[in-house]
Amino acid sequence: MNDLQAVESAHVRDDIPEFRAGDNVKVNVRVMEGGRERIQAFEGMVIARNGTGTRASFTVRKLSFGVGVERVFPVHAPIIKSIEVLRRGDVRRSKLYFLRDRVGRSARIKELRD
Amino acid sequence: MKAILGQKLGMTQIFDDEARAISVTVVKAGPVRVVQVKTIERDGYNAIQISFGEMKPGKANKPEAGHYAKAGVAPGTHLVEVKVEDPSEYQVGQEIKVAEVFKPGTRADVSGVSKGKGFSGVMKRHNFKGLPASHGTQKKHRAPGSIGACATPARVFKGMRMAGRMGGEKVTTLSLEVVGVDEERGLLLLGGSVPGPKGSIVLVREAVKARG
Repeated sequence: MNDLQAVESAHVRDDIPEFRAGDNVKVNVRVMEGGRERIQAFEGMVIARNGTGTRASFTVRKLSFGVGVERVFPVHAPIIKSIEVLRRGDVRRSKLYFLRDRVGRSARIKELRD
Repeated sequence: MKAILGQKLGMTQIFDDEARAISVTVVKAGPVRVVQVKTIERDGYNAIQISFGEMKPGKANKPEAGHYAKAGVAPGTHLVEVKVEDPSEYQVGQEIKVAEVFKPGTRADVSGVSKGKGFSGVMKRHNFKGLPASHGTQKKHRAPGSIGACATPARVFKGMRMAGRMGGEKVTTLSLEVVGVDEERGLLLLGGSVPGPKGSIVLVREAVKARG
């Protein structure tokens, strides 16, 4: 391990489950409201993972009242309380940006069978 | 003035107590060795010479070898002089570690040699605006425009900002926050960016504007 990785290792969380593009996840986010903390969930499909180390991030896409909403989270951010993997998707590419142009049946991703 | 020499390792991102992501530059700073202490009585000013890195045996030329031998320290690859207020705090041969110089939460100035940018135009080199993108501009979108008048003075003034070699010069970034100090590994975490490529040598000094 070099010195740069050593600096990062202190901020890399080991309680984050393994997940990849195509998976459906529920991200529990800590939200501060008037000095009080509450948990807000953001549930959707991971369409991309980017970066390594503490700079790693992932993009979650969901449909909210028929409108596509995407949110980018840093994987190791302290504002993330937990990530739950709800469903594993069977995809053959790492970035699922083509889903942005699709709705309904064509936007479905097969579930991964072991 | 407190100062230390170091090697820029690269940039990364860490999270602070309030869960904010901050960009930091990691510098492997020190240990440095005091090679000479200059005093106002003898030299006319107060300063210390500090050396960083280790020279391969036999690589030092005679003047260098003699200078280091006099101080009784191993020849270093880099030698700089830093003005200090009280030279009696330092002894020749003393080793200074990063944790003795910087504490988290303080501010530092960082000097280094910037990345070479080659022959660059005026927009990149001097932040000129260039000429309009449309309205009839032809082949002159990144040109400097006028560089002077006509028959008077009939020449271009010295120092006119034009295209040319950019980068590879000494640059100092002021008042960077010291985000963290890793005593064990001798690392300094500075908020923001630092001049120069990875692996280059930087001089980290106590911030001029934060003093007093």
